[in-house]
Amino acid sequence: MTNLGCLDTLARQDSPIHRLDPRTKLLTTLVFIVMIVSFDKYQISAMLPFAVFPVVLIVLGNLPAGYLMKRVLWVAPFAMLVGIFNPLLDRQALLHIGTLEISGGWVSFASILIRFFLTVLAAFVLVATTGFNTICLSLEKIGVPNVFVMQLLFLYRYAFVLAEESSRMLRAWQLRAPLRKAMSMKTFSTVLGSLFLRTTGRAQRIYQAMCCRGFEGQLHPARRFHWRMADTVFLFGFCLLFAVFRFANPAVLLGKFVMGIFS
Amino acid sequence: MHVVDALVSPAVGGTFWAVSAGLIGYSCKKVKSEMSDSIVPLMGVTGAFVFAAQMINYTIPGTGSSGHLGGGMILAILLGPWAGFLVMASILTVQALFFADGGILALGCNIFNLGFWTCFVMYPLVYKKIVGRGLSPSKLFWAAMLSVIVGLQLGAFGVVLQTVLSGKAELPFTAFVLAMQPIHLGIGIIEGFITAGVVAFVAKAQPQLLDVSLPPSDKPAFSIKLVTVSLLIAAVIIGGALSWFASAHPDGLEWSMFKTSGSEELDTPDNSVYTNLSKLQEKTAILPDYGFKENEVSGAESQTAESWPAVSAGTTISGLVGGLLTLILAFGIGILLKLRKKTQASATI
Repeated sequence: MTNLGCLDTLARQDSPIHRLDPRTKLLTTLVFIVMIVSFDKYQISAMLPFAVFPVVLIVLGNLPAGYLMKRVLWVAPFAMLVGIFNPLLDRQALLHIGTLEISGGWVSFASILIRFFLTVLAAFVLVATTGFNTICLSLEKIGVPNVFVMQLLFLYRYAFVLAEESSRMLRAWQLRAPLRKAMSMKTFSTVLGSLFLRTTGRAQRIYQAMCCRGFEGQLHPARRFHWRMADTVFLFGFCLLFAVFRFANPAVLLGKFVMGIFS
Repeated sequence: MHVVDALVSPAVGGTFWAVSAGLIGYSCKKVKSEMSDSIVPLMGVTGAFVFAAQMINYTIPGTGSSGHLGGGMILAILLGPWAGFLVMASILTVQALFFADGGILALGCNIFNLGFWTCFVMYPLVYKKIVGRGLSPSKLFWAAMLSVIVGLQLGAFGVVLQTVLSGKAELPFTAFVLAMQPIHLGIGIIEGFITAGVVAFVAKAQPQLLDVSLPPSDKPAFSIKLVTVSLLIAAVIIGGALSWFASAHPDGLEWSMFKTSGSEELDTPDNSVYTNLSKLQEKTAILPDYGFKENEVSGAESQTAESWPAVSAGTTISGLVGGLLTLILAFGIGILLKLRKKTQASATI
């Protein structure tokens, strides 16, 4: 839960990237992810140039690169779990380096890991340079229904409050059962049930407070977004770059060039 | 278990994005027209409740390990299908952005797998049907248990289908199904207990929240031991039937080979692939049995920009060398930008 807040604190900085319109960053990130994901499963080299996007954003956005990397590595299990079967199942030799044969499975496994790394990093960078609330408001601008945007904003706002609530309940339970590591299932569902009752009680109070302030079913964000020249340049610049990377594979061209020099 | 960006293809991801977006839009309309405004904060805070509940662990009986709440069905029961679906979608969105559980492109798939089946299929067709009008503790228990288990099975099957259709993972369909379904049966049973327990507690303490009332009784609704044993027996029977069914299909590995290489005979590789490597390659004997798919054979041409659709693997060293170089370049750009920023900063001071 503390992790939830950490990315958002990063978003409170002021940098050229943070100043961009949130819609710009959202769209560019989406294009980036679609481009990455659209590569065929044995592709490795052509994906590597795409690393330039998160790298530039991390540096210009003043983000702690080490921290982001750690977070990415933290969440790898599913991609690893499913991908690790590729080397076992796909044993056709695909790549020859000297006498070493590398099977298609290993190539596609590496490809999955690179995809995973780039897409996850891009999502983290988006949140860390934009902030969750701002992303939600820009979603509304793009046309996501107001109800869903409100849902996201409320969820995020109260996640921290309820996290405290549940850690208080957890502490109370620990004091009563000092020798146990985790609750029994029966206790757990009772605790959860009363946490839910507290939740609905809180929701009621929130709703009354909102009604007192004139709530009539819609939130009206105070912030206005301005689309500036920098946004256009950023969006089209990166999309153009992605297109070049996607269709021309500069990595292979560069590699050939370098190999040509040395041979 | 979530579908992840790295394993999903744009077609699959895009389709489910569209489907989930449609469902979200429709649910929003329903919530707006059919429910009072007070549902808005309730939904939001309930979403936060699921997050908070995930911080508390419980012991899974019989094993040393611990688990936490998943959600889905419990939201549909407590909030109704429309609001429940929206809450589930918002939870998955936050997870995709902050924890990279799933990912942005796979978000549509995950919302569909975890929200659609529970809220729009299991809730009206199983839970509501069983609970009906006259509510009893045992009915409530079995309604929750059954809908959670089947909902999770359908969701897990969705994960398998989407991953296999995307074609990034090599894991064959049958093997994947045989791995995922039993795991999620176990998870489902445990989650069924929790869901039933929470719903029973709420029904007892504040029945008006559920629009139902439970007749007072001192007897516990169920004995965990009895239910576990009967479910285990059911699992063994189902598992046995499933494996018998599966064995009627070709062996998993064969099946995947057939799928990836097509029905055609595996052809011997075209030497043009290796023109760049011809010197090194003279030493390596290529096994005639090892075949290549069509688009891999055309590797040599596809390295040039024009023949993009046939983009092949980094079949050649130059691809790898170039890839590494561009990666280094990318980081180089980063370092340069950083240095420039530093010098600028010191200049302004």
